[in-house]
Amino acid sequence: MREMLKLFIAVVVFSCLSGGVLAAIQNVTKERIEYQQLKFVKGPTIKNIMEGCSNDPLIDRLRIVDEAKEMHLFIGEFDGKRNTVAFETFGKGFGGAMGVIVGVNLENDEIIGVGVTTHSETPGVGSKAKTDPDFTAQFKGLSILDPFKVKADGGQIDALSGATISSRGVAGAVVEAGEIYKKLKPTIIEKMKEQKG
Amino acid sequence: MAKTAVQEFTKGLWAEIPPFRLVLGLCPVLAVTKTVENGIGMGVATTFVLICSNILISLLRNVIPKKVRIACFIVVIATFVTVVELVMQAFAYPLFLKLGIFIPLIVVNCIVLGRAEAFAAKNGVVASLADGLGIGVGFTLSLTALAIVREILGNGTFYDIPVFGPTFEPFSFMVQAPGAFVCLGLMLCIMNMLGKK
Repeated sequence: MREMLKLFIAVVVFSCLSGGVLAAIQNVTKERIEYQQLKFVKGPTIKNIMEGCSNDPLIDRLRIVDEAKEMHLFIGEFDGKRNTVAFETFGKGFGGAMGVIVGVNLENDEIIGVGVTTHSETPGVGSKAKTDPDFTAQFKGLSILDPFKVKADGGQIDALSGATISSRGVAGAVVEAGEIYKKLKPTIIEKMKEQKG
Repeated sequence: MAKTAVQEFTKGLWAEIPPFRLVLGLCPVLAVTKTVENGIGMGVATTFVLICSNILISLLRNVIPKKVRIACFIVVIATFVTVVELVMQAFAYPLFLKLGIFIPLIVVNCIVLGRAEAFAAKNGVVASLADGLGIGVGFTLSLTALAIVREILGNGTFYDIPVFGPTFEPFSFMVQAPGAFVCLGLMLCIMNMLGKK
């Protein structure tokens, strides 16, 4: 019996020490890992949208919890003013969910850029939503509060040839972004002010 | 018969070089040696785990009760593997994405547990350090050698740099799983021929 107890204690002590060490290391690396994930998954798209900004939107970001959903907003600084935010929404594409990042100017609600992050569309057809800059450029300069639709549905966006569903997915994601933006704009502005002060 | 630390180190490079002589740890050897970069990354990660677990187990060899030693070894090894995983995510995220599941799988790599059980549990700290370093370097060299052959033939590149020019038609069989077996078999054969003298 005493031997059993000894063995038991040895394993418990080992496991506890190991858990403690790992917790400490996780704590130290957590922020960096989060940053790396953003940088390699969403980073290139955000950089594209925020071209010419004078800060690093990946570092300068806001976290807003809306209906238990966590959102990351990336802030862009242009001409010394932090007036642009970008965030990710999801649309329904041909092969599943498509991640779409939308950048908006807070002063006039204009879209400064749209880009696709993660998708599983058909390579060479629907995947053009990500790789063809002409397609996403159509959103540029329009108001985010507009109802976006592809031309086949009576809207203003030229769909990619052969990929109406993917195009619809992107338009849907931008519409959703518009709704989120409308709802959260006051919170965003307030939080940004807090950050400044 | 006390061997010197140098001898413990050099045996890992030839006499007991893991995949070729001990024929252990074949899962990562076959799976990650598509490119030289992956091979080296995997080798370095495994070497780190080997050295750390060898040192710690050697230090604790009189504290760990014999009956639960395997459980304790696994806890020690798993701790170091998780450390590697976290650090790699924080500082080498693209490599982490490429190696994926094979990093956590170092825990069940029989080389690591094998050295802990067969060597570190019976020898002093310095000898165990030398043993871990030797086996680790040997393992890294084997992975690199295999990866060089496979990447050059299968992809026409070396460390992502093209070696044959644009007209080269890659022998893509080599970067697929069967190619790994064939390549490993040929290398084993060469090693045995050289060792027979």
